[in-house]
Amino acid sequence: MGRRIIALTIKEFLALLKDKKSRTVIIVPPLVQLLVFSYAATFDLNRVPYAVYNEDPGSASRDLLAAFTGSTNFREVARISSNREIAPLINGRKVLLVLHIGPQFTRDLLLRRPAELQVIVDGRNSNTAMVVLSYVRSIVTGYNDRWIERQGLPKSPARLVTRFWFNQNLESRWFIVPGVVGILTLVVTILVTGLSVAREREQGTFDQLLVTPLRPVEILFGKALPGFIIGLGEASLIMLLAVVWFEVPLRGNILTLYTGIVLFLLSAVGVGLMISSLAVTQQQGLLGAFLFIVPSIILSGFATPIANMPEIVQELTLLNPLRYYLVVLRSVFLENSSFTLLIHQFWPMAVIGVVCLASAAWLFRHRMH
Amino acid sequence: MRLRGLMRKEFLQILRDPSSIAIAFLMPVVLLLLFGYGVSLDAENVPITLVVEHPSAATHRFTKGFWGSNYFDPRQVPSIQEGVRSLLTHQANGLVYVREDFAESLERADGGAIQVIINGVDANNARLISGYVEGVWNDWIRRESQARGSGPPMPVQVQQRIWFNSEVRSQNFLVPGLIAVIMTLIGALLTALIMSREWERGTMEALMVSPVAMREVIIGKLLPYFVLGMGGMGLSVLMAVFLFHVPLRGSLWLLSAGAALFLLTALGMGLLISTLARSQFVASQVAIIATFLPAFILSGFIFDIGSMPPVIQGLTHAVAARYFVAILQSVFLAGNVWSVVLPNALALMAMATLFLAITRRRSRKRLE
Amino acid sequence: MNDNEATTHHHGSPPDQVVLEFKNVSKTFTAGKRKIKALDNVEVRVPAGVITGLIGPDGAGKTTLMRLAAGLLVPDTGTITVLGLDATHDSLAVQASIGYMPQRFGLYEDLTVQENLDLYADLQGVARDQRVDRYRELMRMTGLAPFTSRLAGRLSGGMKQKLGLACTLIHPPQLLLLDEPTVGVDPVSRRELWSIVDRLVREQGMSVVLSTAYLDEAEQCHEVIMLHLGKLLGKKPPGEFSRKLEGHAYTVRAPGLNKRNVQKKLAQGAGVIDAVIQGERVRLVMDSTERPAIKELLEGSDDALLQPVPARFEDSFIAMLRSQTSKPKSLAPQTDFNQRRRIGGGDNKVIEVHDVARRFGDFYAVKHVTFDVKQGEVFGLLGANGAGKSTTFRMLCGLLPPSGGQLRVAGLDLRKAAAAARARIGYMSQKFSLYGNLSVRQNLNFFSGVYGLHGQRRAAKIAWALQQFELEGQADAVSSDLPLGYKQRLAMACALMHEPEILFLDEPTSGVDPLARREFWLRINELAEQGVTVLVTTHFMEEAEYCDRLAIMSAGKILALGVPAEIKQEASSRENADPTMEDAFISLIQADEEESESNG
Repeated sequence: MGRRIIALTIKEFLALLKDKKSRTVIIVPPLVQLLVFSYAATFDLNRVPYAVYNEDPGSASRDLLAAFTGSTNFREVARISSNREIAPLINGRKVLLVLHIGPQFTRDLLLRRPAELQVIVDGRNSNTAMVVLSYVRSIVTGYNDRWIERQGLPKSPARLVTRFWFNQNLESRWFIVPGVVGILTLVVTILVTGLSVAREREQGTFDQLLVTPLRPVEILFGKALPGFIIGLGEASLIMLLAVVWFEVPLRGNILTLYTGIVLFLLSAVGVGLMISSLAVTQQQGLLGAFLFIVPSIILSGFATPIANMPEIVQELTLLNPLRYYLVVLRSVFLENSSFTLLIHQFWPMAVIGVVCLASAAWLFRHRMH
Repeated sequence: MRLRGLMRKEFLQILRDPSSIAIAFLMPVVLLLLFGYGVSLDAENVPITLVVEHPSAATHRFTKGFWGSNYFDPRQVPSIQEGVRSLLTHQANGLVYVREDFAESLERADGGAIQVIINGVDANNARLISGYVEGVWNDWIRRESQARGSGPPMPVQVQQRIWFNSEVRSQNFLVPGLIAVIMTLIGALLTALIMSREWERGTMEALMVSPVAMREVIIGKLLPYFVLGMGGMGLSVLMAVFLFHVPLRGSLWLLSAGAALFLLTALGMGLLISTLARSQFVASQVAIIATFLPAFILSGFIFDIGSMPPVIQGLTHAVAARYFVAILQSVFLAGNVWSVVLPNALALMAMATLFLAITRRRSRKRLE
Repeated sequence: MNDNEATTHHHGSPPDQVVLEFKNVSKTFTAGKRKIKALDNVEVRVPAGVITGLIGPDGAGKTTLMRLAAGLLVPDTGTITVLGLDATHDSLAVQASIGYMPQRFGLYEDLTVQENLDLYADLQGVARDQRVDRYRELMRMTGLAPFTSRLAGRLSGGMKQKLGLACTLIHPPQLLLLDEPTVGVDPVSRRELWSIVDRLVREQGMSVVLSTAYLDEAEQCHEVIMLHLGKLLGKKPPGEFSRKLEGHAYTVRAPGLNKRNVQKKLAQGAGVIDAVIQGERVRLVMDSTERPAIKELLEGSDDALLQPVPARFEDSFIAMLRSQTSKPKSLAPQTDFNQRRRIGGGDNKVIEVHDVARRFGDFYAVKHVTFDVKQGEVFGLLGANGAGKSTTFRMLCGLLPPSGGQLRVAGLDLRKAAAAARARIGYMSQKFSLYGNLSVRQNLNFFSGVYGLHGQRRAAKIAWALQQFELEGQADAVSSDLPLGYKQRLAMACALMHEPEILFLDEPTSGVDPLARREFWLRINELAEQGVTVLVTTHFMEEAEYCDRLAIMSAGKILALGVPAEIKQEASSRENADPTMEDAFISLIQADEEESESNG
């Protein structure tokens, strides 16, 4: 049995790697995508363009505005002097926000009346708007503290001290890069396995395999191993890049991490082979792979939290191996989670993998065309 | 007559073969349903642990703000150990630590500190949660100051006005963006599949040897699928407005014009890929790699383009979805903003022209 | 074949008018690292108003020549003139005045017959008011009138072929190019196509260029262009090709000797160009007019009868190919084959098929078929594409479950049999299913590996395969780059690595050149003599003669089952006392049609 599997595995590797083009397709796009997407996919904002509409002649408003000019998150692009000018700037996306300071600002402050900073934000992308507002608030809070200090005003009865665990400076990249690692592992594994059976069916060699003494289990092993090994290699490579290049801290245990990787690859290879054995042509295989990859990325918690989804969609994500894998990656990378803590992420991947592999093996012989 | 013949043939094939109808109509519906509901950045009922070591009337005045908020799903525990455990096991995303000496410290001049710990792994979500906590805290401190008769706790107050999306629903911008992503997919899939079908069945050879010009073959392919794609687009817009209640503030006419331009670009790209790639298999592979992930990540549909590094920003200009996302988000939420629509429409037009021109140049009536 | 004197008359066009001219044309393709010269400096002039045949084995450059003439390819060098126009620069004008039917007929299978006609009428710019008459004429000519609303994909192979022809004729072309229009089509449809084409030439003065791999069809052409590996071997009337070999051809009858044995001995004899089984005799072509010493050739068989016969076109073709390639070696016995325990006596049924049917949706691909194959027998399944022979074949190999009936191979149902049972069979499919991007040696490595060979035995077996199938020079070549004949050999080597007792061969000779086919059958004979049971499907009628027994299939049914001679005997009549297998096939199909008509 072992010898036959080895013969099959060697053949699969040769078929995959002998051709320069397919070798390139497996290696280059994932690395390019890791770089591009890791830089592109961030919710952090910088150099946000804003306009100032300052009606106040006093010095307080100048101080406040100086705090914005001094921040790298903001970039002043216009000063306006009437309400009418606001709409064209925001509508045309020239600025994301307008800071409006009324004529009474300094006076109100000095009279210890609440002074208002009006912030008009473009809400077309509501998430960006929320992030911008949180930036604005933190600048204003800093200004308030300084003002209270300088004027010797009574302090507030309590302070709020917020700390962010695992990601002190709230770097989006620390969250996104492990996610990209997960996505790319999925894409590569599915691309390698998703066509392997369909390609052979199209070329007629699969019939040839079925009439040899190979048992479905052996075919399954032979087909799964290359995807598994390539996936493992590629996942290790892009993780290395994530740590070395993007400086994402790897705080957890490598063994725990690799348990997660192995189980995820098991499920991804399983899904890939199942798609592949369902498909009659490579085109169908490709389409199937695609139709699996797209929802599993969107419903994985990669960009938007699963907790925000409606109940029913949340339950649907339980079928998505990427969902568990992302949790494992992020927990091990950033939170140093223990093996036992992640056990509930591990077993669903194992179940998905085993079920898919079993159905793939059954389909080898039962899929008609 | 030749063009009409080609188009009639294509329509008949569409009617006979349900797969392209499924791609054009069923796929947008399913994807939009799934993603429209699935993709949301609005955190609600965030699980949070309130560690109150010594509950009293004073701590209750503070914590009741959490119990009353839609944003939080709080749980109160007496010890910090328990609180930290809930954070580590992902049972809670954050914890608010109210110490034993909370009530006394309020009376001291420098005030006490309320510690908040938030799981920062998902930085964006963490920032949102931190903002919600701050909101609860602000309310509390205002009430507290009023009760004591001291001055305003915050000399400068931020008064925010969020235009176009005052209730800050992320679906309002995600759903229009999704339409762009989904239509990118569909445009590429439709064209990659139809061209390969002609080649695989050997009918391309028969078409080429008839006296049709290549221009007619291209238009004959493009137009039927354009109509089909517009149908899918219309369906998506209807779902956005009536199912997801995204306001449509601009004119439907402008939206359709933008959609038409975009679809032309997407179909043009599909045609170009399948023309350039020798093997049809490679064509669909390229179509898949070059469409979905770039449209998802580089279009500005969810991640802000202005904040990307300059090189990546440059790259986004090659993603057609980027222009359409800008048009969609503006026309849906802001109205007919010509200063946004025009340049983006021009960019789309340029891309469509480029794709079709290259396709035209490269697809000579040759089999090589 | 009948003599087509009529085609030599020139209607309408002056006899020296040329409709197609190739001057100095070369065309090269690249496949992987290899450059293939598809056409090498070809000079051809095709006269108007006649049928010109384009003959050559697969890879000879026939399709390339057709596509160049249709303006679908641009030549590397040289000029092509079609109807006075330059095919490269005025390709649109050329395409407006020619008709071209590509290999798969260019039909949209999801459109109806009528819709296909409408499309091509639109594309060809046929005016609306002319269409009704034109359609009627074409439908009458092709006999498709009752089927206009049927989807083209639901037509039989022969009907598709006629519809494809009708579509190219919708705007009557001056020059008609037909690329292998008769491949895989049943003999009845082949004859019908030829009569349609004949009539077009005779009545309308159309010029036709037709490529074919069937050598007997060459004799129906006015002139034949013979191509081999991109080179022009000759261009003259078919009779002139064979004239050179007049007096070289004989038939041999050796009573008491197995005809396969006779053929094998003759084929290896000195001075023999060709020896093929033909009915109960062996057709022999010698390299000189000297009467062969039959006794020596047959090693002392006294009563062999030698009878001179007229030379055929095929003889000259084989002679030409033979002069360029070496003679095939006979297959040396496999190492321990002879020691192998035979499954039983001579009457042991190795394959049993009882009342087997296979349904796809509401369509029966195989209708209640029953036959069996004895050990050591070469059994043929003969029929056109779509007759159900591949479906039967796949069911036997356990690749497809039957919808009803019983199948037994070596006493087992392969679909449920243990893996070890499958080690006893060898399988070679239609497409020579090899791993295209693996080298020859890697393919052999793989197949020997999955059959559990290892170590010394594996190395020895691979060496045996490389040597026996003359693949040593190609051992490290990528197999998809190999010429078709080599692919066939490699596929067969792979199927034989584990010395199977039963060999399943699906269309093993389709597309390969006549020499490779002869070589292939020689090897099959060797295997059969060693006790291997062989089940083979083919659509070449003459290959039926190589089988011990055969089943003729059409539309999912077995029309006749038995020894070739018996089957032919049943078809003999007063007009045709010694029918060929093709004649027998046609009469069987006609009888079947009459029967089904009378049954309603």
